[in-house]
Amino acid sequence: MSKIASVFSQPGHKALIAYVTVGYPSVEATLKVVPLLADSGCDIVELGIPFSDPLADGVTIQKSSFHALQNGVTPRLCLELAGQLSQKVDIPLVFMTYYNPVFSYGLDKFCSACAGSGISGIIIPDLPPDEGSDLEAISQRQGLDLIYLLAPTSTGERIRLAAQRSRGFIYLVSVTGVTGARERVPADLEAFVTRVRKAAAQPLCVGFGISTPEQASQIARIADGVIVGSRIIQLMEKEDDFASLAELVRGLRGSIDKISGQ
Amino acid sequence: MILPDERGYFGDYGGQFVPETLIPVLDELATAYKEASADKAFWAEFEALSRDYSGRPTALYLAQRLTENCGGARIFLKREDLAHTGAHKINNALGQGLLALRMGKRRIIAETGAGQHGVAAAAVCAKLGLECIVYMGEEDVRRQSLNVFRMRLMGAEVRPVHSGSRTLKDAINEAIRDWVTNPDTYYLLGSVVGPYPYPVMVRDFQSVIGKETRQQILDKSGRLPDYIIACVGGGSNAIGIFYSFLNDKEVNLIGVEAAGRGLSTGEHAASLMAGTVGVLHGTKSYVLQTKDGQIRETHSISAGLDYPGVGPEHSYLKDSGRATYVAVTDQEALEGFKLLCKTEGIIPALEPAHAIFHAAKMASSLEKEKTIVVNLSGRGDKDMDIVAQALEVKL
Ligand SMILES: Cc1ncc(COP(=O)(O)O)c(C=O)c1O
Repeated sequence: MSKIASVFSQPGHKALIAYVTVGYPSVEATLKVVPLLADSGCDIVELGIPFSDPLADGVTIQKSSFHALQNGVTPRLCLELAGQLSQKVDIPLVFMTYYNPVFSYGLDKFCSACAGSGISGIIIPDLPPDEGSDLEAISQRQGLDLIYLLAPTSTGERIRLAAQRSRGFIYLVSVTGVTGARERVPADLEAFVTRVRKAAAQPLCVGFGISTPEQASQIARIADGVIVGSRIIQLMEKEDDFASLAELVRGLRGSIDKISGQ
Repeated sequence: MILPDERGYFGDYGGQFVPETLIPVLDELATAYKEASADKAFWAEFEALSRDYSGRPTALYLAQRLTENCGGARIFLKREDLAHTGAHKINNALGQGLLALRMGKRRIIAETGAGQHGVAAAAVCAKLGLECIVYMGEEDVRRQSLNVFRMRLMGAEVRPVHSGSRTLKDAINEAIRDWVTNPDTYYLLGSVVGPYPYPVMVRDFQSVIGKETRQQILDKSGRLPDYIIACVGGGSNAIGIFYSFLNDKEVNLIGVEAAGRGLSTGEHAASLMAGTVGVLHGTKSYVLQTKDGQIRETHSISAGLDYPGVGPEHSYLKDSGRATYVAVTDQEALEGFKLLCKTEGIIPALEPAHAIFHAAKMASSLEKEKTIVVNLSGRGDKDMDIVAQALEVKL
């Protein structure tokens, strides 16, 4: 069983997944905040490798990526930090980035470096399964899970494609839109999750727009995991000790666990 | 071999590297375009409007004094500068506008750099009664304020983009973000870039340039030209004029990229000449990028060439050797610009001024029997401020 799969293997347990942009607001902050996220109840952390043209991201993550690039963050540095972090925390770490930095690094080199740094999986929002065969084969050889995304616009055929190919879990994009905290959970989300559930055996994790414990518990009722990104980035902007971030994460954890009855 | 293949690839280049949300939307678009393509009535309407609205066919003009000035090969100009709204961009805007209408989409988004595609899109949307929103980098809004005014006059909403380098590439990012958020919207992309089917669709709508040129040059000179020269930003005017000649091996196809301040300075926009293979805006092609795979900021005196990527079909034509690509600097483009003004009384846009410079240089070293066709992709009205500034003239 992959390290990611084992997160979902405990019956009734719903996963809390956090996203951080590596090097935002600083490299030191990333090194500090990931262990804090793990301690506060996150099951998986997505480490965002910043890209110059993040077209699936809203303003919050656009800004954090831009800032991180100004701090000199490179894929190489992200791999190094992942290596350090995987020594410090026990939970699976996955990279989230766009295809060009990975392609430019070299798919083989990138995947073997990921494996060497203790990375468990990769999420690439601009790499649909139709374009993913190469990376899929190579990542699999290195024991990495290539996690595909589905969206509310996905047809039955596309859902089956992701169901055949996604490893670790399937990332369900909650809305038609880019990343960014939103007021409420879309009304048709449950129908979307149900549609995917019929075709897919993988755990289903929902992300994009989720920021509060109330929203997290709504998601936990219908899905296997909750992904929170922009809200975390927003809270990292303000303070050094990440007290309100830790509070948020504990709140998310609590509200999710209430649903799963733990 | 028919290109692209069913996955939208020209050899190794092309594809659909976009968020999942857009894949079904692109599939719908590709299907709608295939159906429209097979429908004679669609093309009949495109042709009628190309004639009555855009002013096609545009002339093929023997530039006699320019030819004499160079003292070599004869230079013909394909006068896309005479098309409605002042550039070839109207061909694509019209074709896609009609397609949007056919698909029942009434909200149109577009990106623009120099503003020429934005103006063409705004015009077509006004004409067809469609809502039009144009994303434009803040920096370009400032540089091309006249075109912003034009778009607004025709009822388009211009949304300045504040992210990244605040130029064309960021405007495309923002247009894609809008599209992901509003998948019922029609995205009217302005060049042969982006995910499949755009590189094909835009090429097909622009290929009217080459079709006309072929007939016109045969009528005028009794044979095919020896060289066809066009500037390359995303590559739509170039592929538009190349396409009808791809199988005529005796016709040399030359694309001219922007060398900006010089290829060695790093401040240029020559993706094919100085780039490496990468993925930008949904397509695999030559891209200007850092060694870490970040997209680089580019520079050109002409906003329309100021783009770090290029259409995938050009990458294929480069690798296959069917077309060759060169680069011309800002200073050289200005010389080409002045040369055409003085010898022919034609003020070109700065983009095709790059092609003019290269054609003039080549012509002087060729025999008089040879012929060159230059795609004069647009007129220079939009560039008056920039040229005045470059020539240190106060308006
Ligand atoms: C007159 C003119 N020529 C050329 C271009 C470059 O685009 P493409 O390479 O797609 O023809 C532009 C783009 O704005 C333009 O306005």
